[in-house]
Amino acid sequence: MEFRFTEEQQMIRETAAGFLADCSTSAAVREAMATESGHDLSLWRQLCDDLYLHAITLPESMGGMGLGYVELVAVMEQMGRYLACSPFFATVGQALPALQLAGGEAATPWLERLLAGETAGLAWIGREAPGCDAVTATCTPTADGYRISGDYRLVVDGHTAGLLVLAARLPDSRGREGVHLFVVDAEHAGLHRQWTPTLDQTRHLARVQVDGLELPAEACLTGDGQGGAILEQVLQLATVALAAEQVGVAQQVQDLAVQYTKEREQFGRPIASFQAIKHKAADMMLRTEVARSACYYAACVADEAWQGGALADELSEAAAIAKSYCSEAALLNAGEALQMHGGVGFTWEYDVHLYFKRAKASELMLGNVSEHREALARLLLDEGEQA
Amino acid sequence: MKLSFSAEDERFRTEVADWLAANLTGEFAQLKFRGGPGDEHSFPDERKRWEQRLAEGGWTCVGWPKAHGGRGCSIEQQVIFFEEYARAGAPGRVGHIGEGLTGPTLIAFGTPEQQARYLPGILNGTELWCQGYSEPGAGSDLANVKTKARFDAEHNRWVINGQKVWTSLAHESDYCFVIARTDPDSVGHKGLGFFLVKMDQPGIEVRPIQQITGSSEFNEVFFDDAVCGAGDIVGAPGDGWKVAMGLLGFERGVSTLGQQMQFQNELDEVIRVAKENGKDRDPVIRQRIAKAHAELKIMRYNSLRMLSGQSGSDGSLQREALIYKLFWATWHRSLGELAIDVCGQQGQLLEAAPYALNRLQSLFLYVRSDTIYGGSNQIQRNIIAERGLEMPREPRWR
Repeated sequence: MEFRFTEEQQMIRETAAGFLADCSTSAAVREAMATESGHDLSLWRQLCDDLYLHAITLPESMGGMGLGYVELVAVMEQMGRYLACSPFFATVGQALPALQLAGGEAATPWLERLLAGETAGLAWIGREAPGCDAVTATCTPTADGYRISGDYRLVVDGHTAGLLVLAARLPDSRGREGVHLFVVDAEHAGLHRQWTPTLDQTRHLARVQVDGLELPAEACLTGDGQGGAILEQVLQLATVALAAEQVGVAQQVQDLAVQYTKEREQFGRPIASFQAIKHKAADMMLRTEVARSACYYAACVADEAWQGGALADELSEAAAIAKSYCSEAALLNAGEALQMHGGVGFTWEYDVHLYFKRAKASELMLGNVSEHREALARLLLDEGEQA
Repeated sequence: MKLSFSAEDERFRTEVADWLAANLTGEFAQLKFRGGPGDEHSFPDERKRWEQRLAEGGWTCVGWPKAHGGRGCSIEQQVIFFEEYARAGAPGRVGHIGEGLTGPTLIAFGTPEQQARYLPGILNGTELWCQGYSEPGAGSDLANVKTKARFDAEHNRWVINGQKVWTSLAHESDYCFVIARTDPDSVGHKGLGFFLVKMDQPGIEVRPIQQITGSSEFNEVFFDDAVCGAGDIVGAPGDGWKVAMGLLGFERGVSTLGQQMQFQNELDEVIRVAKENGKDRDPVIRQRIAKAHAELKIMRYNSLRMLSGQSGSDGSLQREALIYKLFWATWHRSLGELAIDVCGQQGQLLEAAPYALNRLQSLFLYVRSDTIYGGSNQIQRNIIAERGLEMPREPRWR
């Protein structure tokens, strides 16, 4: 048992932190978020070419780094900390595990495109519901493949991705049954993609529509009825990555608030010397550290799920625990940071609002607090009953 | 970062579990799940004999170095020991203050003579200890101790006068460690001494405090010309604060894992009652149970982080250790509120007059102490802000 970062993991974390501190500055974030793409492509190129972080979880046999979720979480935490406007989460946190877990031979050429620095997205939400229940797009078997129709919402970076993983279900199927994952070039004819502007401008979402899209059989990554289970595992892994980002947000707003209150003077003293402020800051630190403990544990479990270890069965619970706590921590910390900034916290000029909006958007994504808690309640209270 | 235990550690786990299963029998069977916080007054004699049974099996002081008679267990093995101890429902330890506080303090700061005199009684479970820190005027402001220790050169001994309060197990203990002022003109953390004092003497009187639960686990201890030997001061006169603070570092050790197992037992009882009375269908109760469960799990991960880090080795605490008391105390208080809410109006009905509480009623009331003792939530927040976040200290009035 060794529940801390190894030296190598610490190095990855510090490399990501140093790079993002320099490149994902407030000015850079504001410039990127105002564009339609929502990111600065040169930042992504540097992440790929100079730091090789896009290949962190790609297998060594393909030329990737062959690392796992502890390393990915270490990077994601820094992404949240610096609000990096980057297709990293959509590509490495969502699409990549879908390709790799579903994959086999069919996924290899697509993973090679990711290794070359292409971006990707995962589209599954037709309606807001947990897991596979969100999938409403249909895939109808044809003579030499499938015909796909659906209206996907809330696709992270879907309008800019180079390739897309689409979830769709066989006609008249329900739940996990009949769900398949498909991979397609985003420029493929018949795919309509549109940026949908959002409250949180630092992460762009898109609508992706397909109506009778004809795909060959080899575009289907999942045979044998495993698609639903794979999609749920992919979403759980993405949830752990997102929780790490939330830890970074919780930490950064804590730092911003502490620094601001040390500088701001009222009544002839820094307001950080008032207990009313100190106690808020202490609660922020508590939430950040507890969130971190939850997230790192979930990362260890995700690692085992990724590599087939003994704790793999705990992934859904660990992800729900991490996401419910980290969501609350990021959102409460951001709200308190705004309060501690006083009037300037309400301005567009100060960065607090960017974190506040990101915190809310991330809380809503991949299951909100009460949904994850209800999932845990079912595990605890509804044993032996039909859920 | 890795979570799994080695095969050797898993064998150790089996050894601990087997020993406990074989020994929590006969007169000790009735002690299962008893004697924890809120129930510390139960079965004192049987629990003292249980200490000795543990000692015979080599299961006291498992984390002490072998050179001092301990088992020399690794951190992992200590984690396992405390987890299995609590999982088996083995009773609240009456020897925990000696084992967890006095012993490590003497190993770190004591003379070879003090170690030879006091460690064996802790190791073999025959000598119990209590803690003399808080006073009526020294609660959150612990350095405001007024109890005085005067050196009586004629009889070559220290003479102690004053009052301590919130001393748990004082009436069952053989010894007390006491911080007292060796320099009568000093204030604050300067001029204090750390003394090892025998309880059974004419100069000491113990009076129980009846608490919110109706029972008495805490006491007042009055020192009226109480004495201890010239060699019973740990460190030099004036070093008392340093020794006492070193000891607070030991207090946040590995035994917190065992505490969490006890929390788990309590949460299991809450869940059992909720399933029985149908409150498990109430969506708000479901959310609260899920939150309690999630945060108890995280509490364990936080402890594993603490134990994997360097906190404690140099007395300075890492961030995850700084927030730990505030986290568990607040969590436990919420569990008490959840417990009584799950009982519904039935939760009003006592087991018997005058004031016999069931387990969840006792929990509901007892947890109110958690956010007060050992550094109240307010003090914890000050410590976190000042040490963890380097925010300015509160100006003093005088």
